[in-house]
Amino acid sequence: MHVDQATVRKIARLARIKITDEEAKALEKELSGILDWVKQLDEVDTQGVEPMTRVVAMTLKKRPDVVSDGDIADDILANAPAREGPFFVVPKVVE
Amino acid sequence: MSDLTKLTLAQARDGLRGKRFSATELARAFIAAIEKSNSLNAYVLATPERALVQAKASDGRLQKGDARPLEGLALGIKDLYCTKGVRTTAASRILDGFTPTYESTVTQNLWDAGALMLGKLNCDEFAMGSSNETSCFGPVANPWRRRGSNMALVPGGSSGGSSAAVAADLCLAATATDTGGSIRQPAAITGTVGIKPTYGRCSRYGIVAFASSLDQAGPIAKTVRDAAIMLRHMASADRKDSTCADLPVPDYEAAVGRSIKGLKVGVPKEYRIDGMPKEIEGLWQQGIAWLKAAGASLHDVSLPHTKYALPAYYIVAPAECSSNLARYDGVRYGLREPGQDLIDTYEATRAAGFGAEVRRRVLIGTYVLSAGYYDAYYIKAQKVRSLIAGDFKAVFERVDVLLTPTTPGPAFGIGEVVGDPIQMYLNDIFTVTANMAGVPGISVPAGLSSEGTPLGLQLIGRPFDEATLFQVGQVIEDAAGRFPAPDRWWA
Repeated sequence: MHVDQATVRKIARLARIKITDEEAKALEKELSGILDWVKQLDEVDTQGVEPMTRVVAMTLKKRPDVVSDGDIADDILANAPAREGPFFVVPKVVE
Repeated sequence: MSDLTKLTLAQARDGLRGKRFSATELARAFIAAIEKSNSLNAYVLATPERALVQAKASDGRLQKGDARPLEGLALGIKDLYCTKGVRTTAASRILDGFTPTYESTVTQNLWDAGALMLGKLNCDEFAMGSSNETSCFGPVANPWRRRGSNMALVPGGSSGGSSAAVAADLCLAATATDTGGSIRQPAAITGTVGIKPTYGRCSRYGIVAFASSLDQAGPIAKTVRDAAIMLRHMASADRKDSTCADLPVPDYEAAVGRSIKGLKVGVPKEYRIDGMPKEIEGLWQQGIAWLKAAGASLHDVSLPHTKYALPAYYIVAPAECSSNLARYDGVRYGLREPGQDLIDTYEATRAAGFGAEVRRRVLIGTYVLSAGYYDAYYIKAQKVRSLIAGDFKAVFERVDVLLTPTTPGPAFGIGEVVGDPIQMYLNDIFTVTANMAGVPGISVPAGLSSEGTPLGLQLIGRPFDEATLFQVGQVIEDAAGRFPAPDRWWA
């Protein structure tokens, strides 16, 4: 499976990671190598096999739909790189 | 007084209860040892003041005869576990300065049992690596060196700080995590014991997420008994993790020393890989002989999809990692690299904050989950995973436990395996199957390589049957002996 540089740039954009031209070149080789290697899974006959959806046999737990936590705005904001009052600050999104 | 740091967890527990030394004396011995261990780089943050406060409280309880199960025992914590008020980074620049306002369930369980924290341990960035070389704090050195050589060796990864700290007597035991082998591989190549329990045995709440369907917490310790003691007090039910099992936690220590007479041990032929070093094959045969001599019956078994576990893992794990790591956006916590607008800020932050291996995995994950490729890669890999889990299910109808080597070789040099990601991934070839199937696995030291460095044997068990792993693990430890690091060259 060959991933070209245009695809590398597209994936990097989707993943929101800025990459330089040099990095795109190196990643082209690395990602293609890894994807080539995982393609050996094509040898496995998976006709009629269900994909795994749970790791061990157990029913997912449920709890009553009631508020069990909250009023911790200061805790949530404690590590924010920029804040103003009880808000996270981000660069302007709307002109 | 003899060197308290050389004690096992069980010996320290007995010594504290017998009032042969105090929790404060024990903590001070470790604090002094950690101060002299900079060249190992095992700790990324030491917390001596906190340790001494906790030790003082423990001494009060020990005096009153009110000791909890781990009272006063000094532990190291992998820097993937959130610790309230104590910096937690997952060894990534993107979490630089992150100070959690909450505690992981596993560490809370340990503190509730009376243990104390010496500090946070180095690891691969976001636990992605097999050598601890991807850490933003730099590599960790293995306390072991090749016979007649001064070259620094890796301590394995991702829990390389944990394995090195335990092997170097810088804590009594350590927490670790295992997504593809990150507890068992570092344990094997540092002469320590490491167990990855069944998926769902320990809560994942408060542990920085890598691949949520594969991640499990577990201990690295000096002995099988110590690992059993640790796991009992790490594991619990937890309503904060919906995949954490609502099962009572057994007294694993009770299984240590129990006879294995009549136990059925499987030897899976698919683990005999092409080009496997003779000394690994020899170690495996030695393990078979030990278990036979102890009364177990040995059976050749087959896990036909074994060779596909690692490639399937390198679809599933990056896919889950790319989703989990989407949260690092420079807005809510951690690093922010200002850009021209919001998207530019995201992209600059993630470029500056993630190291090369993490970027590589996020990109692979993004690719295999992207439109048009999801079925061909992700669904295919999850189908293969069902087949791998089916292999184990079938084999555990015939045998009680499986015996394999833990790693394809001994510790390699820092910088020796770089530039080829797949070569590094192959370190996990024998361990990754247990993560894919969710079953428990333990690595127990079993011998030395021709270079004079440790090697381990792995036991894989039925879901939630960790007790059998401790039972059989002790038989290996009794036969092989322990493997303390030969000299403290770093101190």
